[in-house]
Amino acid sequence: MEPIGKFSGSMVALPNNDIDTDQIIPARYLKVTDKNGLGQACFSDWRYNEDGSPKPDFPLNQPEYKNAQVLIGGHNFGCGSSREHAPWALMGAGFKAVISTYFADIFKGNSLKNGLLPVIVDEQTHQQLISLAQEDPTAQVTVDLESQQVILPDGRTVTFPIDSFSRYCLLNGVDQLGFLLGLDSDVQQYENTNVGRVATTA
Amino acid sequence: MSKPRTLFEKVWDNHIVRPQTPDTPAVLYIDLHLVHEVTSPQAFTVLRERGLKVRRPDRTMATMDHSTPTTPRNALGIIPVTDPMASAQLDVMRKNCADFGIPLYDLGTSNQGIVHVIGPEQGLTQPGMTIVCGDSHTSTHGAFGALAFGIGTSEVSHVLATQCLLQSKPKTMAVRVNGTLHTGVTAKDIILAVIAKIGVGGGTGYVLEYMGDALRSLSMEGRMTICNMSIEGGARAGMVAPDDTTFEYVAGRPYAPKGADWDAAVAGWRQLPTDEGAAFDHEVVLNSHDLTPMITYGTNPGMGMPIAANVPDPDNLADFSEKMALDKALKYMDLQPGQKLIGKPVDVVFVGSCTNSRISDLREAARMIDGRKVSSNVRMMVVPGSQQVKAQAEAEGLHEIFKAAGAEWREAGCSMCIAMNGDQLQPGQYAVSTSNRNFEGRQGKGGRTFLASPLTAVATAVNGVITDPREMVN
Repeated sequence: MEPIGKFSGSMVALPNNDIDTDQIIPARYLKVTDKNGLGQACFSDWRYNEDGSPKPDFPLNQPEYKNAQVLIGGHNFGCGSSREHAPWALMGAGFKAVISTYFADIFKGNSLKNGLLPVIVDEQTHQQLISLAQEDPTAQVTVDLESQQVILPDGRTVTFPIDSFSRYCLLNGVDQLGFLLGLDSDVQQYENTNVGRVATTA
Repeated sequence: MSKPRTLFEKVWDNHIVRPQTPDTPAVLYIDLHLVHEVTSPQAFTVLRERGLKVRRPDRTMATMDHSTPTTPRNALGIIPVTDPMASAQLDVMRKNCADFGIPLYDLGTSNQGIVHVIGPEQGLTQPGMTIVCGDSHTSTHGAFGALAFGIGTSEVSHVLATQCLLQSKPKTMAVRVNGTLHTGVTAKDIILAVIAKIGVGGGTGYVLEYMGDALRSLSMEGRMTICNMSIEGGARAGMVAPDDTTFEYVAGRPYAPKGADWDAAVAGWRQLPTDEGAAFDHEVVLNSHDLTPMITYGTNPGMGMPIAANVPDPDNLADFSEKMALDKALKYMDLQPGQKLIGKPVDVVFVGSCTNSRISDLREAARMIDGRKVSSNVRMMVVPGSQQVKAQAEAEGLHEIFKAAGAEWREAGCSMCIAMNGDQLQPGQYAVSTSNRNFEGRQGKGGRTFLASPLTAVATAVNGVITDPREMVN
């Protein structure tokens, strides 16, 4: 995985609360066996008419938001299913970070493993970012993972929480599977002292 | 004396391979990994790319459920898969299982079914275990006092390769449900009431433990219905302490311990319930005596209410974002604030899903529909959770009762709960569904879902309009 440090980008707001993973990527797109091509289907039901033409009033379809890299979502972003296709689709659609007041647990974990930053901010900052994104599509925010800060267009900085392990992995491009594989002797020791309850291949 | 611990803490502690440190999450051992066709292909790709094996195929079980058709078998007894993408995905699952030595309950074989139905059915799900699957409704297995939760595809690859997961310790929430249930009120109504109370994000960061005498009096299948929907309140896992009801359910199943192993296992399981004096980070209380049948009116499972209530008015909400959310939901559902749902015509009734497709659900539904007819305006689908459930229902003649009433009796799978397999609503249609999610388009693009119990679903199918099931139960 590519290391992530600091990046700046313009924003687009979808301020609806409880945006679920069925909206981010509807289930009918989950019949793929790879991670590619999901960006086109991101928010498909909100984004396209029945005939496949884009809905002009949906923010992601508006030319001024076309290159947005930071999505400002409503509270409890990413609730619902465990599909990792949700961060894959958001990244496929060009996003590097989602900012909200809080995220659903599974979505947050999935995003961190793919390099899509779930950035948690306080309610006031959240409101401010929604207004900014809606009023000025060119407004840029900077997300700095090293210092765990969001830098607003007016220069104000807001700190965001992230678990230290995910931060380390993202900053250094370390993948979590590699870390786990390195613990083989610990796992072996655990298995030696804890007998398994089921044997599916027996 | 050691510090009193909750059920969750005991199961967590028992599975620590490496404790949490300031720099790293805990490394948690996984006893059972359930795999299905939709969230696993990319994980197997990771293993192939890195030349890795599955560490413990003997603690892994695969099935096919999400994209599988539930249409009748052909003359050869085969369930035809006509969607080329679904067919390709199922072939990938077969190849992955064959290449990596994982047992597979293939489409149409006698043990195939919804992943959260077959685990308990086979006795794979046992108290005190850690169980994961690339599916958020893995919380179902918590009904046995297991720590069970949904994971993403990256984590599926972690478990396949190492049998472990990196996890930060969640907080705990006690959900106490006291009192006795009225006739016509079921486990589904309890969980819809819990989610309406805590909200769709209220359980975020928590593991729930359901307790109280109402929970104790429920069957295992009722407890599974409740734990299943923990994720709809934002909690990755929900648990119920194991008791004699649990042990009776597990005993004698194919993968359950036998003989002396059984006795030793039960002795261990009896140590699992939360100790007197153990602390939870949060607690909510419901009195089941106050509960009526529940129904959802909106586009997330937290938007639920007693079936006889009126649809809430966004103007009564103080918080702007909540007002906006309710307004959007009612527009999507084409409902008016203050309107009653009872009497509202529906197009489809779906009885099925990992929430409500077990034999007791089908028995309850069949008992109510016996001697009645599905309204001519309604399409009613009954989709058993597994081939075993289907066979049991057919042995009891339940399928004949459903068919005589005019309902469709189908093959096992997730079906219209996730609408990946062609079983879906048409745009604008209304459904009463026993499944777990009423998100926009969940049951088909443009479709509108009211979540409810199997009893409410049947009563609605018979009348053709949303109906309080207490009218039809004795």
